Amino acid sequence: MAMSNSPAAATRPARSGGFTSRKLAPYLFLAPFVLLFIAFIVAPLVYAFYMSLYRDTLVGGRQFAGAASYIKVMGDTKFWGGVWNLVLFGIVQMPIMLSLALLFAIVLDRGQVYAKGVFRLGFFLPYAVPSVIATIIWGYLYGPTFGPFTQMAKAFNLPPPDFLSPGAMIFSLANIVTWEYVGYNMVIYYAALKAIPSDLAEAARVDGASAWQFARLIQLPLLWPAILITIIFSINGTLQLFNEPYLMRALARNTINSSYTPNLYAYSLATSNQQYGYAAAVSFVLGIVIAGASYIFTLITNRRRPEQ
Amino acid sequence: MTATTDIATFEAAKRRPGERRRSRIILTLLLSLFLIYSFVPLVYLVLSATKTNGDLFTTFGFGFGTEFNLWQNLSDLLARDNGIFMRWMFNSVLYSTVAGLGAAIFATAAGYAFAKFKFVGRNLLFALVLGAVMIPQTALVVPIFLLLALSGLSDNPLGVILPSMISPIGVYLMCVYIEQGVDDELLDAARIDGAGEFVIFRAIVLRLVAPGMVTVALLSFVGTWNNYFLPLIVLRSQEYQPITVGLATWYQLAQQGGGGGEVLFSIIITGALVGIIPVIVVFLLLQRFWQGGLTAGAVK
Repeated sequence: MAMSNSPAAATRPARSGGFTSRKLAPYLFLAPFVLLFIAFIVAPLVYAFYMSLYRDTLVGGRQFAGAASYIKVMGDTKFWGGVWNLVLFGIVQMPIMLSLALLFAIVLDRGQVYAKGVFRLGFFLPYAVPSVIATIIWGYLYGPTFGPFTQMAKAFNLPPPDFLSPGAMIFSLANIVTWEYVGYNMVIYYAALKAIPSDLAEAARVDGASAWQFARLIQLPLLWPAILITIIFSINGTLQLFNEPYLMRALARNTINSSYTPNLYAYSLATSNQQYGYAAAVSFVLGIVIAGASYIFTLITNRRRPEQ
Repeated sequence: MTATTDIATFEAAKRRPGERRRSRIILTLLLSLFLIYSFVPLVYLVLSATKTNGDLFTTFGFGFGTEFNLWQNLSDLLARDNGIFMRWMFNSVLYSTVAGLGAAIFATAAGYAFAKFKFVGRNLLFALVLGAVMIPQTALVVPIFLLLALSGLSDNPLGVILPSMISPIGVYLMCVYIEQGVDDELLDAARIDGAGEFVIFRAIVLRLVAPGMVTVALLSFVGTWNNYFLPLIVLRSQEYQPITVGLATWYQLAQQGGGGGEVLFSIIITGALVGIIPVIVVFLLLQRFWQGGLTAGAVK
């Protein structure tokens, strides 16, 4: 690399514009990002892996434990219980959220409604609300003492709905996440629909395709990369769920325990128990679960991918 | 010009006008149901912020209170804990703005390197950057906290700002954007004219990809404003915390009851209203960027 640089530079006259050579330029452009990337992603990961190989004990301090933490995670019912909670959560929530987003994007793209702009903006607005604030608002709405749904039930002499019971909590959380992200996913699909070349619609019309056939046979296959991305993002976000259950805990401490989701578990291990090594191992295994789930999903769907 | 018009004519040709109008009305009503759902919590938020703490408990949630108390709530909010709320707002604005600008510039420079240069380790580095999207936040946040403590930067706003400037998605988006939007011949012409690489980047590339940069800045701004986990762990002092961490602390305090917890309910809901206004304003001002290209690169 350095060798090829010198003869070429020698035969050419010195440039007037700048002294940065073309060989060096990409490294300089990359430098700020890569430095931050190393400092705040690579280094913490390496450090976390190092910590996960040690055990923090109250008496003996930090001791090397090898893979002991990982073996412990494998049999940790608290960790897998949290993963299971989120698998159930994802099975209910992801299809609802993504199919609503897809439906709205297709309808808005076709312009078959009045006041298109209002819908596009209105659906997206909840995404601007931080999840902490969204959870606080929904927490007020769910509230068993002065929540409006409780008030309405009481006004009609009905038993007030218990959104915070162990059976209902997963749906109450799913509702918050759905409220937050339908519009975001809709915008992704909408942008992808806009990128579909317009001559395809023309060709389909000439061939006598119905609107439904056009959506199913032309738009859906072309949208597939966008759909795949949103699914992988959703799997990722679901398995990392933290803010919503962490704050709902303040309302329902008995329903949401400290290992309700894997991230809650890792957080409580690290903060209340100071078990940094074990918390790091839990996070690593969670990362592997997320990467594995995304990978398996990509494999399955690529096989069953709609024909173009 | 766009696909919409073509699909609209496509629809028009298939259906009679009366049938079209009926389906239009039905679809509008259907979407309106979801629009109501989207707005219910926001309407509740605005109504509740105008109520006294007593009215919050005794009057109907989707109605007005007995008196209009918004200004009193705001002044209570600003006075609470020696005006810490304004400090939280200031912190959120500062962290999000700096992180948004930094992320946009760094992602554009890195994306440009990936899009227009061949260099050793290019593919490996690009794969690493994309793979970083999969890493769970907890795997990073706790070690970041411990590493910051080791380097004497614990409880320092830089511990929130610097990690928020890393946007792997932004690098990917800018790489795609630059590949498609910046002509190689234009760059070569500038080089023949004797322009240095940095001048080319500043004078040509940055101008051509400005819309993409705004999108990345917007994503990072919102991401930082909404972030809770990182500042929760990294920042201990109240005066450094952003709005999300501060409001959540008040909320947990109020739910535990006692210690003036009850009085907090109307203050928290007013603070929540104030806390979402900047993000909504930013989204409204930059509508054309997120509506057109929030992830335009990601789906091609």
